[in-house]
Amino acid sequence: MNPARKRKIRLAVALGAAICLAAVLVYTSFSASSEAAQPSELREGRSYDLTGKVVNDSIARRGDELRFRIRDREGTASVPVVYTGVVPDPFREGREVIVSGELRNGTFLAERDSLVTKCPSKFTEDKQSS
Amino acid sequence: MAGVGSACLTIGLFTALYAAGASVYGAVSGRGQWVTSGRRAVYCLAALCVGAFAILEAAFLRSDLSYALVAEASSTDTPTFYKFTAVWATQDGSLLLWATLLSLFASAVLFLTRRSLRDIAPWATAVLACVAGFFLFLMVGWENPFDTLAVVPEEGAGLNPLLRHPAMMIHPPMLYTGYVGFSIPFAFAIGALIARRTGADWIRATRRFALIAWTFLGTGILLGALWSYSELGWGGYWAWDPVENASLMPWLVGTAFLHSIMVQEKRGMLKVWNVSLICATFTLALLGTFLVRSGILDSIHAFGASTIGVQMLIFIACVIALSAGLILARLADLRSSARLDSLLSREAFFLLNNLVLVGLCLVVLWGTFFPLISEALTGTEETVGPPWFNRIVTPLALVLVLLTGIGPVLAWRRVTPKRLLRIVAVPAALAVLAAVVLLAFTDAGDSVPSLLMFAFVAFVLGVVGQEFVRGASARRVMTRESWPRALARLAGRNRRRYGGYLVHAGIAVLFLGVAASSAFIEQRDVRLSPGETMRVGDYEVTYREATARLGGDGGGTGAPISFGAVMDVRRGDQSFTLHPSRNYYSTGDPSKGAISRFFEGEATSEVDVRWGLRRDFWLAVRPDLISLEGPIARADRQFGDSPGRVQAFVIGTLAELYREDPPPAAFRAIVSPLVAWIWIGGAIAVLGALVAAWPSPEARLRRVRSLYAARVGRELTRA
Repeated sequence: MNPARKRKIRLAVALGAAICLAAVLVYTSFSASSEAAQPSELREGRSYDLTGKVVNDSIARRGDELRFRIRDREGTASVPVVYTGVVPDPFREGREVIVSGELRNGTFLAERDSLVTKCPSKFTEDKQSS
Repeated sequence: MAGVGSACLTIGLFTALYAAGASVYGAVSGRGQWVTSGRRAVYCLAALCVGAFAILEAAFLRSDLSYALVAEASSTDTPTFYKFTAVWATQDGSLLLWATLLSLFASAVLFLTRRSLRDIAPWATAVLACVAGFFLFLMVGWENPFDTLAVVPEEGAGLNPLLRHPAMMIHPPMLYTGYVGFSIPFAFAIGALIARRTGADWIRATRRFALIAWTFLGTGILLGALWSYSELGWGGYWAWDPVENASLMPWLVGTAFLHSIMVQEKRGMLKVWNVSLICATFTLALLGTFLVRSGILDSIHAFGASTIGVQMLIFIACVIALSAGLILARLADLRSSARLDSLLSREAFFLLNNLVLVGLCLVVLWGTFFPLISEALTGTEETVGPPWFNRIVTPLALVLVLLTGIGPVLAWRRVTPKRLLRIVAVPAALAVLAAVVLLAFTDAGDSVPSLLMFAFVAFVLGVVGQEFVRGASARRVMTRESWPRALARLAGRNRRRYGGYLVHAGIAVLFLGVAASSAFIEQRDVRLSPGETMRVGDYEVTYREATARLGGDGGGTGAPISFGAVMDVRRGDQSFTLHPSRNYYSTGDPSKGAISRFFEGEATSEVDVRWGLRRDFWLAVRPDLISLEGPIARADRQFGDSPGRVQAFVIGTLAELYREDPPPAAFRAIVSPLVAWIWIGGAIAVLGALVAAWPSPEARLRRVRSLYAARVGRELTRA
């Protein structure tokens, strides 16, 4: 086989592999992802990554169960959340959180251990509010 | 002094602009004295940046609260070590650190190349000065670290408690040194393109900087992982968080770069690829800084929406446009001077390793930006979680580790299959043996990827061991040295080669730790009352009693209150005691009562870990303060206006109340096998990188000779 032809074949094989990999990447990421939503965008019976802020004075604990409300980052729409599992250190009222789960009968049932809290430094919060 | 600091930055900005202008003018007009002047302006810039940084650092150490930055990130009661490091916990401070490190690195490389690379260096000076100028511009225009407050507050906010961990405070400068270090080869690559000197000169001049940058960036990433493991209270070391990914991406592409430049040095190939890689690395480093600071992606590291996101984005766009434009314009100069002879050669395997590394980087990039991509494509913002990353990255990582073993022992140009077989026979047998033994005596077979990884790691260690033994025994035949002496001399004489082997062994060991700890971790979350026991793996954990400590926790973070637990742990006939606790920091929130302020601020887990080579036992506690809510509310009403001493006494009483009658506390216990090898492997890799980067006597001799030759040349032209 002459070298030029050989190189062409190599290039085709490499390109083919790259395209396959890219296809796998796109396909798996779309099928494995879950939709991120704020409380006002939730629909019944689908699973979401719910993001928003913890409503002030809404945190209550009953045994292992943590109940609180999450509201839109900018807005007042809110949804009650029932959560079990580990609560991250920076979890506080007014903080931004992300939690996975689904909406059933108006209540967001969160998956165990799925709560993530952003860790802002005190100052950046002040900066944003002022 | 704040005025002096501000002035340093403004003068620094103009110095940087002058340095860029003078170097370009000197390069274009061929007037050497302008080039020299531009270079000296960079030294001057370094002095100004160091001066500004020292002023800021002094303000932090003095707790001068008239500086807005000090009031924001430090306080008089912050421990001294954290006062010192709080500078780079702030955005403005870290920009200044960026600029300072960059000007120092730039000065070092320009000093080292002052008598060589006469065509490339002026352009590189201009690029470096522009980058430094951009960061100074950001500080002068928007984020001046020397802003002062009209009204000096009585007390600062203090350093974010989550950051009060030694690893976390060293981690940012390490990352920045890595990011900044990669700007040196980038600048010289751009210089080489502009000057059409696309040989391997720019690579030889900056290879060591790239290696040092790579080492710092890797160390920074590892320290971040260590912090996550021992401070964050969730027990993992890597979560595929956007900010973690942002530091990993330039490291991956930088690793590819370090390998592929060898192909250009030795064979004159892959020129386009190399300049593209270094441009990509630098862009990704900027992107990392941008991601951390812009808040564009949902991350647990949300530092709040930044004021400089748009400027960063414009700068990144400029860098991409400039690099891509230049590479396209110089394609004719970047032709390879050789062709790939055979697929069984070192250069072919380096190319393959490059493809895997860049592929990994693209996977991480795709996953990190998926929320933005999916929103653009489908209108809904979707995220991919760690399981997706793990699924895609695992096979690529397996291939990578295998290549780590094969790559370095292949010869350049061509290897016959027979010779290849002879080289890999022993290591391959070792890998098979390891797999069989693990299958027979452990439950490693439960996870196929992990079993494969263990076998591949055995293979890599076999290859590296074999190389050391072969080299040393060859030396011994000639010199009759003892084994240790022969090994040390061998590595000392061929630092790049044997340092590289050490790095490969370290990375393999690191992957051993990752594979074992991710596949065979055992974890339980349980609520326990004193006296109760739980089991996790082979361990039996008993909650003996609660602890409450005021002022001064064990870690020296300056937390006023610390609640914890004394836990008796037993495994077979071995037993030990752990003291996990949780630190409570007071909040300045005026809506809270005077006493409850001490309990409702930030709180951080102080986990306790029994480190071990075979496995770690990791334990965190989350005390439940529900029983204190009533007493705290009453104390707020009764002692809200009392003097500080009385309040301190009341808090002491409340703590005692908790200690004597604690409600059930939540515990997380983790048994993580071989996780310590992640840190050990990382340390081996860093050691190897240092060996490879250390100047060898031969290289010094070569340099002296070339300098001498240059001087003779000059004398001759003058004569």
